Parts: sequence; structure tokens; C-alpha cells
Amino acid sequence: MEIPKSFLGYKRENGRAGTRNHVIILPVDDISNACAEAVSNNIKGTIALPHSYGRLQFGADLELHFRTMIGTGSNPNVAAVIVIGIEPKWTKKIVDGIAKTGKPVEGFHIERTGDIGTVMKASKKAQEFVMWASEKQREECPISDLWISVKCGESDTTSGLASNPTVGNLMDKLEPLGVHLCFGETSELTGAEKVCATRGATKEASDKFMKTWSAYNDFILKEATDDLSESQPTAGNIAGGLTTIEEKAFGNFQKIGSCKFVDVLEPAEEPKKGKGLYFMDTSSAAAECVTLQAAAGFNIHLFPTGQGNIVGNPIEPVVKLTANPLTANSMSEHVDCDVSKILSREMNLSEAGDKLIETTLRVANGRLTCAEALGHKEFVMTKLYRSA
Amino acid sequence: MATEIIIHDQKDNVGVVVIEKITPKQECTCWIMENDSSISIQSKDEIPLGHKIAMNDLNEGDTILKYGHDIGKVVKPIKKGEHVHVHNVKTKKW
Repeated sequence: MEIPKSFLGYKRENGRAGTRNHVIILPVDDISNACAEAVSNNIKGTIALPHSYGRLQFGADLELHFRTMIGTGSNPNVAAVIVIGIEPKWTKKIVDGIAKTGKPVEGFHIERTGDIGTVMKASKKAQEFVMWASEKQREECPISDLWISVKCGESDTTSGLASNPTVGNLMDKLEPLGVHLCFGETSELTGAEKVCATRGATKEASDKFMKTWSAYNDFILKEATDDLSESQPTAGNIAGGLTTIEEKAFGNFQKIGSCKFVDVLEPAEEPKKGKGLYFMDTSSAAAECVTLQAAAGFNIHLFPTGQGNIVGNPIEPVVKLTANPLTANSMSEHVDCDVSKILSREMNLSEAGDKLIETTLRVANGRLTCAEALGHKEFVMTKLYRSA
Repeated sequence: MATEIIIHDQKDNVGVVVIEKITPKQECTCWIMENDSSISIQSKDEIPLGHKIAMNDLNEGDTILKYGHDIGKVVKPIKKGEHVHVHNVKTKKW
């Protein structure tokens, strides 16, 4: 298949391109969710991103909170942002961070005004933003403007056999075209960590990966009250035939094809070393991982599933693929790309990779994903430790 | 070609069932992805889609190889053609 050299995206002020054109209402903290949701209810075409944190956090955990907030607002799939927080200082910090992209952003704090007055002021601005954004048109953008993140979920052996290698095949074909790529799931590489480390493009990248994985593993060993066999693999994984974390890890690892990673990113950290594949230190929980990748600037997500994970994200479209024929049939409303014919040998891996590229480009051009059509907007902040 | 079982790597001592299920004493065709060759095996157990079958007799302490890599250890002897899962294989990690 000849791979198209462009897609239709929204060009942003900072030179990036979006596959979506969202106007988001971003609460700084848990207690501002009600206000943000009221604004999005008032002003059609806007979307609120409620979440559970943002109070009394400190240190690296607070830095991650700000990085996720600012990164989410800065994502090129977002046209404009309303930020609402309880206090002025943290609200302004997030507004200032997003403003660096050049996109319209305005902050409102609730103290001394109350919910009703804040909703009124923020709604007026949100209306202005959404009407402005509604005139933005899709334009031809080079395929290198795609920043593709990947994460698998509810994996079974069909993931490692077929759907993850399909993503790997896509990576092998798109990496030479200059796209950015990102995989994560530190915990679910356990068992394959030494092999994964050999995929660093440089010794520095390999060493950084092992350091990141070891820090995670030390944490697990410190906190574990049992052998983790109740958690990894999950009951769903075991039902699907996965026996051990090592088996899950090698299946997971098929997603990167034969690519090498150029750098290791902190959670929600924007890649800075140009095109190519990046590893991000993330949780393996679907919504947390996709939220961090979206906050790092990735504009389309590929999600292979075995038993049928249904996750979506409010700003980054999540393309679901499966090679499990039972899942493809019984949960077809969640499956954007069915590659189950690999198992019956009616389709080879390269044909499956082509099919996934075609689906990815259709979604990049504006086709809704199953998760979008079904209203999946899981926005889940990663919290590193307890608050002060 | 009808294939009931897929094996990733020639070194692997397990294969994965890729039809809804296989039944005891079923003659199964196995496709080895790595070198695109085929072998056959007779199953001993009913094994559902996505679950593994032993390609050899395996003893306690043996290593299970899949993707050509170590994915765990045998904790109960397994006969060729039997179901391989959490009842007879454990992680080496924890």
C-alpha cells in the first residue's frame, strides 16, 4: 500500500496540527469541577474535563499535576481553553503555561466570586471561544504532524499474537515518515525489561529506561503485600489465556515493531528530541496512561485490545483494534479496526498494518472513533503519592 | 489453510489456540509464525481460544518459552497436548 503523505488537520499557532478542534473547560482542582461542568452545559460544543485532584499536592506530584494540566490545554487537538480553579495563583500558572502555545486561553478563580458569578463570566468567554473555533477549517498537513501514542488493554494472547504486532507493523511503516510515536506501561514491561532496554537508540536511552523500570520495580517490592498475582496479570488477562506477567510483557512489547526509542519521558513530558519513538514512564491503567500521553502532546491514540477494553479520552481520539474474533463480534460497537482475520490466516500482518494505517488516517481526518461516538471521555490524572 | 494453533517462534514450547476451542484428541495444525512452517499435534484437553497448549512434555522447573523468551516456570508436570495455564505455570518474577 502506498501510504498517504498527508492528512486533514487543524493548524495551530505554535506550528503543531490537531486531529480535533475541542474547546475545553479545564478545572484546576476537584472542587472546581461543578463550575466547569456548568459552563460546558451552558455553552454547546465545549467539553469539561472533571478530575479528582489538584489540592494540597506538593513536590514531584504537584509538578506532574501542573504538567498534565498545562499539557492537556496545550495539546493541538484543543483550539481554546477556559481554566477554572478555586484560587488565583495556581489558576494563573496553568493559564500562563497554556498561553505559550499562542492559543486563546482565559482563567477564572472562584474565591470571592462564587460558583454562579464564575459560571456567568466563564460562560461568556467560552461562548466567544467556541464560536471562534467553529470557523477553523481542516487543512492539508504532512503525515509527520501525527503524534501517535499506543497502549494496549484487557490484553489476551490474541493481543501478543496479532493486534499488538499490527501496531508494530504500523510503527515500522510510519516511523520513517517522521511521525512521533510513544509507548508506556512501565509495569507491564516487567519480564521483558532487559529485552526492552536493548531497544534504546543510544546507551543513554537504554540506561534511562532501566533506571525508570528499576525505580518502579523497587516501589512494587516495597509496597506489595502479596505476590501481585491477583493484579498482574488481571482476571480478564487470565480468562483470555495469559498466564504470567512475563508473557503479558512480551505480548505488550510487540507494539513497537522493530523501532528503537530515542528517549525516555517523565509522565506527561513533551518529547524534545524530534521525530521517532519515545518511551514514557506511565501507569498501565488505560485511562491514566492515555491521559498522560495526551498531555505530552500526542494527537491520536492506537489501542489494541483482546478481551475488549472500552477506554476513550476527551481530547485524543482512541482508535480501538482487536484480533479476538469473539470480541470483534460481541463488542463490535467498540472496535474501529477488526484484525481477527490474522488468526484465521486470511490476512497477514502487513495487510493488517495497512488496514490500521487507513483507519488511523480516517480518524485523523475527522471520522469519529467508536469511543467518541459512545461518549467515552476518561480523563484520569496520575497521582504519585498522598497529599500534604 | 485451517489452523487451530499459532506458535510465535520455533524455539517455543507452547502454542496458542486460535479457534473458539479445541477438544480432547483433536488433530490440530500448528503454524509457526517465525519461519512460516506447519506442524501437527493431538490435544489432550479441551482448550479455549487464546489459551496455550504444551508442544512437548514438560517437567517441574522447566522454563516456558514463548516469543522465543522465558515467560515463566512449570510448577506441575505437563504432558504434550495438555492445557498450559495458571494451574501448572507460574511467573519467575514474584
